[in-house]
Amino acid sequence: MAEAILEMRGIGKTFPGVQALADVNLAVNRGEIHGVVGENGAGKSTLMKVLSGVYPYPEYSGQIIFQGQERRFKSIPDSEKLGIIIIHQELALVPLLSIAENIFLGNEPARFGIIDWNRAFTRTREVLAKVGLDESPATRVTDLGVGKQQLVEIAKALAKEVKLLILDEPTASLNETDSDALLELLQELKSQGISCILISHKLNEVAKVADSITVLRDGSTIETLDCHEAPASESRMIRAMVGREMAERFPPRIPKIGEVVFEVDDWRAHHPIHQDREVIKGVSLVVRRGEILGIAGLMGAGRTEFAMSLFGGSWGRNIRGRVRLHGRDINVSSVAHAVEAGLAYVTEDRKALGLVMGEEVRRNVTLANLGAVATRGVIDNGREYAVAGEYRSRMHIRCASVFQPVVNLSGGNQQKVVLSKWLFADPEVLILDEPTRGIDVGAKYEIYSLINSLADQGKCIIMISSEMPELLGMCDRIAVMNNGRFAAEFACGEATQEKIMQAIVRDQLH
Amino acid sequence: MQEQIAAVPELTPPSRASAAAGTNWLRGHLREYGLLLSLVAIMAFFQVMTDGTLMQPLNLTNLVLQNSYIVIMALGMLLVIVAGHIDLSVGSVSGFVGALAAVLMVSWGWHYVPATLLCLATGAAIGAAQGMWVAFFRIPSFIVTLAGMLVFKGLALALLQGQSVGPFPETFQRLSSGFIADPLGGDSLRLTSLLLGVAAAVIMVVLKVRGRAAQVKHGMQTEPLAVFALTQSVFATVIVYFAWLLSSYKGLPNVLIVMAVLILGYDFITRRSTIGRRIYALGGNEKAARLSGINTERLSFYTFVNMGVLSALAGLVFAARLNTATPKAGLGFELDVIAACFIGGASASGGVGKVLGAVIGAFVMGVMNNGMSILGVGIDYQQVIKGLVLLAAVVVDVYNKNK
Repeated sequence: MAEAILEMRGIGKTFPGVQALADVNLAVNRGEIHGVVGENGAGKSTLMKVLSGVYPYPEYSGQIIFQGQERRFKSIPDSEKLGIIIIHQELALVPLLSIAENIFLGNEPARFGIIDWNRAFTRTREVLAKVGLDESPATRVTDLGVGKQQLVEIAKALAKEVKLLILDEPTASLNETDSDALLELLQELKSQGISCILISHKLNEVAKVADSITVLRDGSTIETLDCHEAPASESRMIRAMVGREMAERFPPRIPKIGEVVFEVDDWRAHHPIHQDREVIKGVSLVVRRGEILGIAGLMGAGRTEFAMSLFGGSWGRNIRGRVRLHGRDINVSSVAHAVEAGLAYVTEDRKALGLVMGEEVRRNVTLANLGAVATRGVIDNGREYAVAGEYRSRMHIRCASVFQPVVNLSGGNQQKVVLSKWLFADPEVLILDEPTRGIDVGAKYEIYSLINSLADQGKCIIMISSEMPELLGMCDRIAVMNNGRFAAEFACGEATQEKIMQAIVRDQLH
Repeated sequence: MQEQIAAVPELTPPSRASAAAGTNWLRGHLREYGLLLSLVAIMAFFQVMTDGTLMQPLNLTNLVLQNSYIVIMALGMLLVIVAGHIDLSVGSVSGFVGALAAVLMVSWGWHYVPATLLCLATGAAIGAAQGMWVAFFRIPSFIVTLAGMLVFKGLALALLQGQSVGPFPETFQRLSSGFIADPLGGDSLRLTSLLLGVAAAVIMVVLKVRGRAAQVKHGMQTEPLAVFALTQSVFATVIVYFAWLLSSYKGLPNVLIVMAVLILGYDFITRRSTIGRRIYALGGNEKAARLSGINTERLSFYTFVNMGVLSALAGLVFAARLNTATPKAGLGFELDVIAACFIGGASASGGVGKVLGAVIGAFVMGVMNNGMSILGVGIDYQQVIKGLVLLAAVVVDVYNKNK
């Protein structure tokens, strides 16, 4: 029974400046459901990308042994050929094609390039029956709900003779009924001898169906729990997930917190496409002068959506709520208004949303406040150069000159350019969304110091982060966002990683 | 500020700096001048092949007149392309406006001033109509302007009822075929034109010297003095030489003045104004630009309005040059205009491109048209060669960028 179908030994993977995986060991037995849990950034997705060949051999270190042989996957087809199939959180279906077309995409039953649709439809009916989906193979995928689309993905895997099915957060966007149905299906597949790796934040679900559970933290395997010996408890998993040493990773700061400056009342926003779905469900918060408020939560909890909807309605529709600065209502209906009122939002995705990558450091720094380096619409090159040079030295941006395009800078230095841009706009309230994502430890420390000094200058700081130690190390208060609303709030002293994690995973069933 | 700048590390030891700096600097900026050098090479080639006909004053004047409307539209097109869009309708719009001008002035006998103003306003309205769909309704510009191309080609045909309308009043013709007045006189040489050319060269040098002084004051890295002096004297000489050539024929054409003013204006807008800067940011990364508080929709909209006005102006210039409005006017202009921008280094994905590049690109196409016509190359192979040059220019550019 305990024969391993997959063994991953000592897997490591480094990106420029970041070690994503240090030492992961994972053994999955034939015909079992193996849960993989860990915080955001613990390395779960990277690990699965190594396994499926997205990061080809030899870009990683360590060994992958599948069905008793060492494998070196160079591409996704390599791993799929052996029956390792991954279903990502964002489904990889083509919405306007039919179920049958999707299931056989790239794998069409064909002779001389002519598709045998009769066979495709017959096979599709078979696999749809296996996953219990009662739909015509000709139905377009876009006409199905998310839950059914998930089943189509699994059917697609079955059509490829799957041996090891990997599901990355399969229930994240499903409601309770659909989630339960999916978990039952996994157990059904298990009885047919298909092994499964289940990656999920919903610890209760993992505990319910998994035969064994591997906990990852900071790119390493912390422990593997055998659920047959003793049922895995959520608290046990949480402790393993977060129990890291808190070293001197954060610069010291003595908070000087003043009066309430920034208030948001009952903020609500709907999804921009699915307009009947309320994503931000009445968030209220206050931030005081010189205070750092942290917002914890899972991906998809609505933190970025909240921040962007607040910042000039950059996300969502039908946005309602009040924003006050120094007790006066302010207009944040457009980005220009929000900036003028004194808000700044440092995005989590600096490449796509923060920087004009092809342009010079100088031009990026002044972009949000061009008026300050221009007279009657004409830019003063000298003044701009001086401003850019000032931020370059103040923020320790390492670049050959301010004429260097930002695309050539490292992640940490790019982040400093984004921060410079917003500091030059001189905001009172600074919303930082994952300010240290993808940045090496040294640059992180610099950015932490900078955030501290901004707070000391009396700015209000809202810091969204998925790294709990960072929140605990930096913030004066931490709010936990869960499913579009604040589920809990902790003062600096009383917050612990365990408490926050409990608040994060609580309520996940709704 | 000054202290920090002094702290910028000097890569070369000062003793050898001046000699090495020149070559280093040249290597880094060769691409900037590469385009200009290709134009010079192409001109030299045709000058030799046509036994000196290319640079004869008469032909040079023709070269300016023939390309003026392409250059004028290329200025607007550059902004549209930098903003990340494209406008396929410019040829049809210019043809339509030319037809409108003919109807107003020839059929209805309007004075040329109100007629011209109405034509430019019409261009703005057309640009606004297309820009509205692109900017506010997010319809791809390729499709909107493809539709516009058909619509205005058809409207021009309808307006002229399929016939040529002309001739225009003489005052209006001068827009294209006139030359600046010559109060200073001169028998074989138009002195006023020559002096204007000299004045332009002097002003350019003075502005460049002052700009350089400002850069030095702020501690910016500048080109080595020797290179600066050399390039400036070459440019000044070229300007004076061309002014002399043109002066020995009929002087500076009116349309050259219009063109020069527009080129300088748009060059300034793209390099120095906040609007220009924002257009580059919009094309470089629209989402980042919007999150930096830039009203990207409105900006896109105005680039199309601007394009409409310049298309209208080009249509007037072309109609005045032919002295008649024909249903075929403007046919295929959009291809030359877009090619000029891409030869000039604009990027199809937006965010990159220079006004002077587009102007040089337009003249590259223009000189090739002119030179090949003199050589008697048929219209068939002219197009083949132009197409290959466009492809080659962009391939070289992309290759250089990836290196």
